[in-house]
Amino acid sequence: MDRFKRVPISVQDPKERITNFDEVCLGYTEEEAMAEAKRCLNCKHHPCVGNCPVNIHIPRFIKHIAEGEFEEAAHVLAEQTALPAVCGRVCPQEEQCEKVCVLGIKGEPVSIGKLERFAADWARQHNINLAKTKEKNGFKVAVVGSGPAGITCAGDLAKEGYDVTIFEALHEPGGVLVYGIPEFRLPKETVVKPEIENLKKLGVKIETNVIVGRTVTIDSLLNEEGFHAVFIGSGAGLPKFMGIAGENLNGVFSANEFLTRNNLMKAFREDYDTPIKVGSRVAVIGGGNVAMDAARTALRLGAEVWIVYRRTEKELPARVEEVHHAKEEGIKFEFLTNPIEIIGNEDGWVKSIRCQRMELGEPDESGRRRPVPIIGSEFEIEVDTVIMALGTSPNPLIPATTSGLDINNKKCIVVDENGQTSREGVFAGGDVVTGSATVILAMGAGKKAAKGIDKYIKEKYGEKAEA
Amino acid sequence: MYKIVEKKDLAPNIVSMDILAPRVANSAQPGQFVIVIVDEAGERIPLTICNYDKEKGTVNIVIQAMGSSTKKIAALNEGDYLKDFVGPLGRPSDYVNADIEEVKKQRVLFVAGGVGAAPVYPQARWFHEHGIGVDVIIGAKTKELIILEDEMREVAANVYIATDDGSYGFNGMVTGLMEELIVNQGKEYDLVVAIGPMIMMKFVCLLTKKLGIKTIVSLNPIMVDGTGMCGACRVTVGNETKFACVDGPEFDGHLVDFDEALKRLAQYREEELELAKRGEEKTCTCQHGGAN
Ligand SMILES: Cc1cc2nc3c(=O)[nH]c(=O)nc-3n(C[C@H](O)[C@H](O)[C@H](O)COP(=O)(O)OP(=O)(O)OC[C@H]3O[C@@H](n4cnc5c(N)ncnc54)[C@H](O)[C@@H]3O)c2cc1C
Ligand SMILES: Cc1cc2nc3c(=O)[nH]c(=O)nc-3n(C[C@H](O)[C@H](O)[C@H](O)COP(=O)(O)OP(=O)(O)OC[C@H]3O[C@@H](n4cnc5c(N)ncnc54)[C@H](O)[C@@H]3O)c2cc1C
Ligand code: SF4
Ligand code: SF4
Ligand code: FES
Ligand SMILES: [Mg+2]
Repeated sequence: MDRFKRVPISVQDPKERITNFDEVCLGYTEEEAMAEAKRCLNCKHHPCVGNCPVNIHIPRFIKHIAEGEFEEAAHVLAEQTALPAVCGRVCPQEEQCEKVCVLGIKGEPVSIGKLERFAADWARQHNINLAKTKEKNGFKVAVVGSGPAGITCAGDLAKEGYDVTIFEALHEPGGVLVYGIPEFRLPKETVVKPEIENLKKLGVKIETNVIVGRTVTIDSLLNEEGFHAVFIGSGAGLPKFMGIAGENLNGVFSANEFLTRNNLMKAFREDYDTPIKVGSRVAVIGGGNVAMDAARTALRLGAEVWIVYRRTEKELPARVEEVHHAKEEGIKFEFLTNPIEIIGNEDGWVKSIRCQRMELGEPDESGRRRPVPIIGSEFEIEVDTVIMALGTSPNPLIPATTSGLDINNKKCIVVDENGQTSREGVFAGGDVVTGSATVILAMGAGKKAAKGIDKYIKEKYGEKAEA
Repeated sequence: MYKIVEKKDLAPNIVSMDILAPRVANSAQPGQFVIVIVDEAGERIPLTICNYDKEKGTVNIVIQAMGSSTKKIAALNEGDYLKDFVGPLGRPSDYVNADIEEVKKQRVLFVAGGVGAAPVYPQARWFHEHGIGVDVIIGAKTKELIILEDEMREVAANVYIATDDGSYGFNGMVTGLMEELIVNQGKEYDLVVAIGPMIMMKFVCLLTKKLGIKTIVSLNPIMVDGTGMCGACRVTVGNETKFACVDGPEFDGHLVDFDEALKRLAQYREEELELAKRGEEKTCTCQHGGAN
């Protein structure tokens, strides 16, 4: 075996998978996982661990896999993460743990994410109970939002003995994992739901259909419902539009609308009531994970799809694996292209999109070279649907209804090094603090805030609540 | 799950239901709405909060059965459950948080079209409870579709009825009756609040613009989440894009681009008809067909 080469992983054939919503990547078999795990050098200084935002003890769990001790591997994961089956699938590993893997210097890094996924899937399939909690301490914590940040914070606090209730605005818990990321990357029934069930096994209560800021407020939770602290993990769910002419024509959707209809509301299934409009020629504007997901969803619903992105392939913010899969599936890319107008027909439906070619100019604040329009390069792409995947920002509802909660100029909630906001006892983390980022960063923030909340409550009220 | 504790038929295809939802009842204010999912396969549909009882923990909704979701809901009975019920959503009506002395100076005319009488009722009642008498026009296609007339008479100073076919009250559209009252009879109003079908609100606004009377409308575009997350509910108001679920649903009617809003309402018409057909096939109890 070549130590510098990864054990290949099987995927659904592209021709086949564009006709269904089943998972693209099929995962390792036990033998494959053990072979891949054996590549790990078990480095003493294990740089990989420090580059995982939740500090999973990577060499330790991988060693268990190498020795066929899959249950033990899952227990190592459970020490640090509530969502291993999710992160193993959607983490941008190449930017995190795998980026600094020692094997990556001369060859291919260990497939840490794929091994994490393997151990988590194995534990689920074998009904391993990973719930370990301390004695109840009687303190109540409210968690707003059930995305990765909220789930992690709730799970960590429950393990410490806290009485935790999650309040979720939507009818299904999971945040972006449920409404945004599609089935073919992250199966809901088999992967997301069981991880949420694990949370309930830890004693966490989940109240869906509660919009904090409308149904209840942060103040009413603290003052009337007796919560000792609140964690806000409400994400960055507000979609951006470009502000160009024709954006309100019929057939122009935000990626959030399109993906919510398809994923959360299951519009792709005949037996569900929510309608979805796909059209036959679709332009998706943007280049992140959201754009890839919207494009590949539209493709599976039967459309021909273009991704329109104003920079080059090198700058695409999406995960490398997703871009690779999108290309294999036949998504067409128009790089260095920017829409300037959406043109409609007389009934108010999209007919085409007018674009402009771009070239890369001087670097901007982010260090990336800024795209500048090429004069006279306008052209039209005939499409009947346009999906805007331009990024999102935090919903202003909670700051607007909570006095003394500071936000910055990007509408993100400001926190200190413990995850505490400008309001005492109110903590926050995840996309609502950073703007749209990643699952694993949101989890890292949830973890940090759980520690901050634990410290805050114990310093203020002691080790146990008075009965 | 949210229990239907009371159900009443108001008119053909229009039902009123009290839903047990203490958290929503406790926070509800006039002008707000809820989102309902009827069952596991159901879509998220918005419905106006027509009334609420904080003590009983119930919220009243009035549903006009027009397509697959509203028909499914209307077919449920007392003791049945709605799968999901979330709210209150949207901003409360402006007057709720305004200086009451200023509000008292206003002469207000409510214009309710069809099932729009349901959301107008708690607003008229709010004014009544604050010692202000308002005028109300209730319009419908025909007499039997006029709802909540008695209730409205208890809380409004004057109630006027208009039917398209002349079967009851003024013979014609609500806009015709408005002209009759304002232009011919010389009644004066400082504010018109129009709630009803989008097309009615459009024509009310055309008229009040001409007459120079400020007009508030409650927009009912297509919605999904109702929390600002999807942008399906985009409307153009004063040349700016607004999300009706969080910026509204009430807006200055003279600034609304109704033509765009009307087009956007038709966005899923094909899919809705398809779904309605499927629903009928499923529930078809007719005798023909099956035997061959
Ligand atoms: C389509 C898509 C694809 C993505 N792909 C990837 C990927 O491959 N890899 C990756 O690492 N990241 C990916 N991301 C980003 C990642 O999903 C987010 O960074 C992450 O989910 C943020 O977690 P969070 O817990 O902060 O917020 P969210 O997941 O957004 O969860 C917030 C939750 O709070 C709820 N909420 C909001 N307001 C309220 C309120 N007022 N009251 C109660 N509840 C409220 C929301 O309904 C939601 O359920 C993707 C994002 C999208 C949209
Ligand atoms: C803020 C608001 C308050 C409303 N209040 C009430 C109310 O109190 N009582 C009442 O009977 N109706 C109300 N409506 C309208 C109601 O939501 C629609 O009639 C309902 O969604 C139709 O669904 P359907 O499946 O039965 O019919 P469909 O056949 O699917 O649709 C019929 C028509 O209803 C509209 N519609 C469809 N889906 C939606 C949707 N998701 N959101 C909004 N409109 C849609 C479209 O114009 C469509 O052509 C309100 C709408 C809004 C936005
Ligand atoms: S959670 Fe993400 S960063 Fe951490 S080990 Fe797993 S794949 Fe790597
Ligand atoms: S850096 Fe790579 S090889 Fe070393 S312990 Fe981590 S995963 Fe194993
Ligand atoms: S309904 Fe989704 S943003 Fe308004
Ligand atoms: Mg419908």
